[in-house]
Amino acid sequence: MMAFFRSFARNKGAVVGLVVLALVFAMAGLADVIFPGTPWDMVAAPFMPPGEMDMWLGSDSLGRDVAAGIAHGSRISLLVGAVSTVVALALGVSLGAVAGYLGGFVDDLVMRFTEFFQTIPSFVLAILLVAIFTPTISSVVFAIAVVSWPPVARVVRAEFLSLRSREFVQAAEVLGKSRLSIVVGDILPNALSPIIVLSSLMVANAILLESALSFLGLGDPNLMTWGFLIGSGRSVIRLAWWMSVFPGIAIFLTVLALNLVGEGLSDALNPRLAGRRT
Amino acid sequence: MSLLRVEGLTVALPPGGDRPHAVEQIDLTVDRGEIVCVVGESGSGKSITANAVMGLLPKTLPRKAGRIWLGDTELTAQSPEQLRALRGSRMAMIFQEPMTALNPLMRVGDQIAEALAVHGEKRRARDRVPELLAAVNLPDPAALAKAHPFRLSGGQRQRVMIAMALALEPALLIADEPTTALDVTTQMQILRLVREIQSRKGMGVMFITHDFGVVAEIADRVAVMQRGRIVEQGPASAVLNNPRHDYTRALIAAVPHGAPAHTRAPVTTETVLEAKGLAKTYSRGGWFGARAVVKAVHDADFTLRRGETLGLVGESGSGKSTLARCVVDLVRPEAGHMLFHGQDLRPLSRADRKPFRKRIQMVFQDPYASLNPRRRVGDIIAEGPITHGEPRAQALDRARDLLRLVKLDPGAMDRFPHEFSGGQRQRIGIARALAMEPELLIADEPVSALDVSVQAQVLALLAEIRARLGLTMLFITHDLRVAAQVCDRIAVMQRGAIVEIGPTAEVFGNPQHSYTRALLDSIPGRGWTPPVF
Repeated sequence: MMAFFRSFARNKGAVVGLVVLALVFAMAGLADVIFPGTPWDMVAAPFMPPGEMDMWLGSDSLGRDVAAGIAHGSRISLLVGAVSTVVALALGVSLGAVAGYLGGFVDDLVMRFTEFFQTIPSFVLAILLVAIFTPTISSVVFAIAVVSWPPVARVVRAEFLSLRSREFVQAAEVLGKSRLSIVVGDILPNALSPIIVLSSLMVANAILLESALSFLGLGDPNLMTWGFLIGSGRSVIRLAWWMSVFPGIAIFLTVLALNLVGEGLSDALNPRLAGRRT
Repeated sequence: MSLLRVEGLTVALPPGGDRPHAVEQIDLTVDRGEIVCVVGESGSGKSITANAVMGLLPKTLPRKAGRIWLGDTELTAQSPEQLRALRGSRMAMIFQEPMTALNPLMRVGDQIAEALAVHGEKRRARDRVPELLAAVNLPDPAALAKAHPFRLSGGQRQRVMIAMALALEPALLIADEPTTALDVTTQMQILRLVREIQSRKGMGVMFITHDFGVVAEIADRVAVMQRGRIVEQGPASAVLNNPRHDYTRALIAAVPHGAPAHTRAPVTTETVLEAKGLAKTYSRGGWFGARAVVKAVHDADFTLRRGETLGLVGESGSGKSTLARCVVDLVRPEAGHMLFHGQDLRPLSRADRKPFRKRIQMVFQDPYASLNPRRRVGDIIAEGPITHGEPRAQALDRARDLLRLVKLDPGAMDRFPHEFSGGQRQRIGIARALAMEPELLIADEPVSALDVSVQAQVLALLAEIRARLGLTMLFITHDLRVAAQVCDRIAVMQRGAIVEIGPTAEVFGNPQHSYTRALLDSIPGRGWTPPVF
């Protein structure tokens, strides 16, 4: 475990990413302490530039605090990112595992089903799903999960295909272990590294997708999100640049941090790369 | 004056290795018209020595001391450009793995022509290529030159590699385990070819191998390496028949001697396993073009009696592994019966099969791939009994006893497989199979991935366990010397069929089938009987 952290820490970018991510988490956790009350409250005159009237990042067209919006919005972004990734992983890993382990006809069936989802542009499908199921936080999570599982299924299937024919899996087979315990106990732990790497990138992607949906007005109307902040500031961007720029920076930093962490994990979990990067 | 002189060669290992130097104080000479075998176990530094001569050492392994001469040229004083000009023209090398040593996208003839072109002999290529291919005894050189490597068998590819190495008639040929990846019959052809070409052209050959049989077959002189040092050097007959150094003696003593062991469990007439009419075919393609059908196993009937060891021998692709895998249901045969104590196993479902899993176990070939890298050794051994309903604590206790039985420290329980050497891992694999208390043990090439001294230990362990537990064994191997030592009866497989089956002494002493005779003739070093110490 220590060796793993050491090889992870060797990638400087990943450490920076981890620090930024920790700050975002701290912001989400402390949002109620720093900015008590709801971020929808009008607390100042509209269109206050950053720094005036005790507002670090200015106020929006209705006099709401942009900083409070960002802090409270980070909760939604992280929540959506995490939950939709977990759902997508559950779907993708189980389908990929079934396809890769059983092979043959089942594999064909599952992979054609996966390709069916991959041929539809994912953002268009997400918009469609949210529009059909009315925009709520759960429908947004559902829509994001539905469009992001296919790559997981493909990666897991590929790993399972190669691991399935390894001798230690055959040995488990000869011992008489059940299919389920072979898949969960023997193959999955050995396929974990690419899944972990992929999931960190999926969280980043989910945050971007959620922001894009909120920007288009398809987010949950009762929740303050980063995408909503940008969307509402879009029409007055020349008058009050701070309304769109700061939430944009928040998205940018969070997604970048997740990507850096993902890359660091991929280096640290790949035994052939670990130790080579200086 | 010697063709190749290596004096006091020392190559450093990266810090943190198990020893400071990869090779230390190597003194070696190769004369014109002489084959010098460098022999040693894996990690002894024989390939490093060869690469140092060729100037192919990676940057992480710097040469610390020593000088190397090729004729009058001091190789260690040459610039990289000068060395490049010498490689291929004055000294050439052939490698172990013929399957990956050729460029898959280039025609064979073009690859040989390229070797000529690099050294400015492009114009001669047209005449020389067929000539060279003929020189390595390849049939129809003109047609073969136009073929891509995938159309060639392993042996043919190795011949092409030799042709390429010979293209500019080098004075020195270095062969790094050139026959290790090949079947015995092919190995013999390649050894004869090297010998023939060497005597025809009067080259010096430095031949690296781990197999004393190959040494006995081909060597004029022998250098034995251990942990980076040459421990013994001398004429082949002296080293093979009268070794002086303890390590050489240990190595030669570990060579499978082909004589059956003395302690045998009594063989009864009770039949444990009977295979009748098993057939397995693999087919490929079919959408477009012709369907390729390979009969992996057909006509492979055999019976196993309680307490005996049946050897399945044959070359790669003969179907011996497939047949073994049919017995443990890793491969499903399409037809035939497999009677285990009279009960046909073939039609059983996964669930009905489970009680029989306990009684039939398998030891796998590759000790590096056959243990789950993410599991502790104790769990690996105990998981079989736990699956079959044994309480966890009891299974772990038994795992500890089994580790003692396979001569490993019970402290190994909490460690991971990667902390063990190949031989130790194979012992863990054996312990895992024994944990189920099987009556039939299938050993699929259990020693072919191991060094010769480790191989001897594992074989001795298997023999001891078999005698103590009265196991019945199906032993798959490509090494006839191992088979002769371990098995009571031998079944010879060729292209999916058992062509000859009988008691070991009869099959070896009086082979009936022509293929069996060909196999026996190909055992390297047949004329040499290892001395007994």
